[in-house]
Amino acid sequence: MADRLTLEIATPIRLVVAEAADEIVIPGSQGYFGVLPGHAPFLTTLGVGEFMYRVGHDEHYLAVSGGFAEVRNDKVIVLADTAEHPEEIDRARAERARERAERRLSGRGDEEIDYARALAALARALTRIMTAGRSR
Amino acid sequence: MPTLRDIQRRIRSVQSTQKITRAMKLVAAAKLRRAQERILAARPYAGKMSELLGNLVSAASGSDETQHPLLEQREGPRRQIVIITADKGLAGAFNANVIRRALEFVRQSNTAEVTLVVVGRKARDFYRRRPWTIKRDMIGFWDRLAYTHAAELADYFMQQYLDGEVDEVHLVYNEFRSVAVQRPVREQLLPIPRKAEGEVDTGAVDYLYEPNPKAILDELLPRHVRTQVFRALMESLAGEYGARMTAMEAATKNAKEMIDVLTIQYNKARQEKITKELLDIVGGAEALKQGAEA
Repeated sequence: MADRLTLEIATPIRLVVAEAADEIVIPGSQGYFGVLPGHAPFLTTLGVGEFMYRVGHDEHYLAVSGGFAEVRNDKVIVLADTAEHPEEIDRARAERARERAERRLSGRGDEEIDYARALAALARALTRIMTAGRSR
Repeated sequence: MPTLRDIQRRIRSVQSTQKITRAMKLVAAAKLRRAQERILAARPYAGKMSELLGNLVSAASGSDETQHPLLEQREGPRRQIVIITADKGLAGAFNANVIRRALEFVRQSNTAEVTLVVVGRKARDFYRRRPWTIKRDMIGFWDRLAYTHAAELADYFMQQYLDGEVDEVHLVYNEFRSVAVQRPVREQLLPIPRKAEGEVDTGAVDYLYEPNPKAILDELLPRHVRTQVFRALMESLAGEYGARMTAMEAATKNAKEMIDVLTIQYNKARQEKITKELLDIVGGAEALKQGAEA
């Protein structure tokens, strides 16, 4: 059994990460789950959240949303709709998105709202803000 | 017989045309490189996506769990055809080829039951004056082509398909074979053809699914279609630049040949003029001499 995981994170426009990792924490649609070497074959949909992978003592974070994760033979492949490193996140934009979503959800905003959409937008904005806070 | 000045004017005119075609060629070459890089960058996602789809369908085959409306073959006559062209011309036969290919296919379909989605100004302008129904057009986005454009387009026709308004969706676009070769192709997008599900992996993997294969398939299939549309859009864009580069290269060469011919003409005309002037002077001098002798 290999003692390390091979990680690949791809989005529709590019390959974001291709690295060997010791531990991975993935925001699945049913909750976060951790992957260590020797994990059983696993296929899940992704939720919105913070993705973490650890190489030695270095922890790396990404804000991801939507897609899939596959674990198979110590190879972890993530197909995400979006995946951003902390330093790539436009914080001001995420803040604006959060305000907009909160305003909609509070019901004070304009006419009809798509509740689920606003909620998803809020989750994405909050994740981005949190992940952006990790950049040094 | 053009005068020297006429020829000179034409040479200058062709030279300025050549400057423009050369500049367009360079611009197209630079944009082509970027477009090609984007196609390459998108490949890991698309490749893995098909593999996953193949795994999923084979792993869950036999059970009802692979049944999905986007996979369901239904015998219906209503066809939607998505035609992708460029917004701009000056790219050789790039637009004409794909429009012709699409027209063949449109003609094979029953006029009353075919609807069109036109992408790019050239396709819209062509079909606007013809008897088919254009359900939607997408124009003026090529310079900032993003995945969201593909998602928007794909979601549009998937919705119609799921609502039962159309029974088949096809895509006609220019495939990017190489810088010099673009080939118009037609692909069936919906229902998702079985072969597009990718090669069946040797020994289907026994996955743990979360939440379950059906839910994963529900998420996967629309993304698969969006990815395919995105690839087609990117290929068309790269193809457009490739075609324009080739066309402008040829135009620049033709301009050079024209200038060469005109230059020779100019030199000949100049020599003739000098010869004529010399003859006049010599003739005049002769006449004077004879007059003096008489």
